[in-house]
Amino acid sequence: MFQYIIRRLLLAIPVLFGILLVTFILARLIPGDPCKAILGEKATQAVCDRFIRERGLDQPIYVQLGIYIRDVARGDFGNSIRYSRPVSIILIERLPLTVELGVIATLLATLIGIPMGILSAVYSNSFVDVITMVTANIGVSMPVYWLGLMLAYVFALLLKDTPLWLPPSGRLTAGLVSTPFYQVYNLTAGDPESFRFHVYEFIGNMVVINSLITGNWKILWDAIQHLILPSVALCTIPMSIIARMTRSSMLEVLGLDYIRTARAKGMPKSKVVLKHAFRNAMLPVFTIIGLQLGTIFAGAVLTETIFGLAGVGRMLFEAITARDYPIVQAFTLVIAMGYVGMNLLVDISYVFIDPRIKLR
Amino acid sequence: MSNTPEPPSQIPSQEVPLHSMEALNNSFQDYRANSLWRLMLRRILRQRSAIIGGIILGILILVAVFAPLIAPYDPEEVLIGVEPVRKRQAPCIYLLGCPTDQPQHWMGIDGNVRDQFSRVIYGTRVSLFIGFSTIGFAIILGTVLGAVSGYAGGWLDNVIMRLMDVLMAFPSLLLAIAIVNVLGRGLQNSLLAIAIVNVPIYARVMRASVLSIKEQDFVEASRALGASPIWILFVRILPNALSPLIVQGTLGIAGAILEAAALSFLGLGAQPPTPEWGSMLGSERNQVFTAPHLVFYPGVAIMITVLAFNLLGDGLRDALDPRLSFHKAEQTL
Repeated sequence: MFQYIIRRLLLAIPVLFGILLVTFILARLIPGDPCKAILGEKATQAVCDRFIRERGLDQPIYVQLGIYIRDVARGDFGNSIRYSRPVSIILIERLPLTVELGVIATLLATLIGIPMGILSAVYSNSFVDVITMVTANIGVSMPVYWLGLMLAYVFALLLKDTPLWLPPSGRLTAGLVSTPFYQVYNLTAGDPESFRFHVYEFIGNMVVINSLITGNWKILWDAIQHLILPSVALCTIPMSIIARMTRSSMLEVLGLDYIRTARAKGMPKSKVVLKHAFRNAMLPVFTIIGLQLGTIFAGAVLTETIFGLAGVGRMLFEAITARDYPIVQAFTLVIAMGYVGMNLLVDISYVFIDPRIKLR
Repeated sequence: MSNTPEPPSQIPSQEVPLHSMEALNNSFQDYRANSLWRLMLRRILRQRSAIIGGIILGILILVAVFAPLIAPYDPEEVLIGVEPVRKRQAPCIYLLGCPTDQPQHWMGIDGNVRDQFSRVIYGTRVSLFIGFSTIGFAIILGTVLGAVSGYAGGWLDNVIMRLMDVLMAFPSLLLAIAIVNVLGRGLQNSLLAIAIVNVPIYARVMRASVLSIKEQDFVEASRALGASPIWILFVRILPNALSPLIVQGTLGIAGAILEAAALSFLGLGAQPPTPEWGSMLGSERNQVFTAPHLVFYPGVAIMITVLAFNLLGDGLRDALDPRLSFHKAEQTL
């Protein structure tokens, strides 16, 4: 078991290194003067010279790569051109929202997608199957941003003045402010440069979690209301993919002999499906859920842009439009790392889902 | 799909009197008629989703080809001074009670006073072109890389496949965004970015096929006869690895169209005035509350096109992948 986990961890190292390399190369490939690209067009020659020396841009390329890796390891992604602030600080401000949105969307996708797939497989070729699979096929073909805009149109405009109304944009209703938990409970977060301070700030910026900790139900409800439409838009594609995967995986398992044995010895169908078949069908489904994180991250760029949410995705898009390369580089790196890390977690969790892996 | 097993059509019927030479000949003719392609086609035609997807795709191709005949206006023609229409005017359809003294616009007028319907129709051309060109490029490059990787093995295989792993470690749309960021925005660059992002999928599929096929006897025989590796690869192995490539390619086109539309939506892909669905949606997204028709129709167009390729791809997979035998489950439960 530990061998398996260690092997997985070791296998992730070259990929992580590769990601570093790709983001490094992509940044070096940006046409034009790197100094002007990073410090902006107005940078003077003297400033540029100093910048090039400080950043080691006059060094050979492999030294530059070394410097880059060292900076990333320290969490130093340089300064944003547009905001003239460290990218890492911006990341701490922006990432919590995306994490919340992503988690809610993944939960929705899983909690709806798996039952859809199971029903579809158990009653295969029935009316239920046709309906769920048509839904899943349409869901997987929909552009996220289009669905988001349409949801906003229906729920914010058409259903205005009904209880079903939902806000079309923003994190909280104007006027509401979420006070970070460490201020509510008078915790000393310490030095603003310290690791603990960053962790506190990160948790404090997750409005849903923060309001749960502080017990501020009004803000909690408001925050959840604001997250419903974006997470529904975001979860549609993963949900459809999970439903389809669950269906085909279940169908495969349901055709096996031990299922017939279980049925033959008189076990109720529901128990056979949920206990015998589902546990075995879950492995590929779990893999797919991990892979959907990529869809969620990419979808976050689009969803956050539409719903005016200040998360990593929207920031990335704005940075691209403004040619704020340090942010683009850092955010791409962080998202790719998160993706790899998540899939690593999924791989490792196989040990707990599938006891056969323990024996290897 | 029915639960009854298919009659074994390719086996000569039992009723044929075997002593009759003529009947024997006939039965052989039946046998010969079932070529590999014909069998494949028959299996595909048994898949409902493949048929539906194929029909939708056929219609879309017709729309793309005959766009100038279907579209009432030039997609880039600004109608100011030509017709009495307003910017972002709602659809006017005679059948739905629009007064006939006004010009008919099925999907309304866009923000630059152009006929939205004509733009959506011409958008079919752009999207189909995007789908086929990007995936075509990705398949060619991916196939070559995967074939070399699988056939050569050793360090070359390792280098190529690790590179593919890294490319796959990025969420595809993000990597495409990053590449466009470097190459510069525009339709061509976004197509190149999407093609690059898709290469690893085909490289993997091809490599897996090559690995399983290259050990088979008929390849061994070719090698023993002194055939060159390149010849073996392209004449012996590639045709046998085609079906997973076709399935993946069809599904890949669906993804590529979605990704390209997303890039254009963000303003990185097709630039105005190109009638591209994603960019049409993107430029009018702030008007969703006042002119929802300008957002609705391009999105529906994207959805239908992507759905067609998804259905076709699913059907092809079910038909061509012998590992999937779903009917078994129905018999058990």
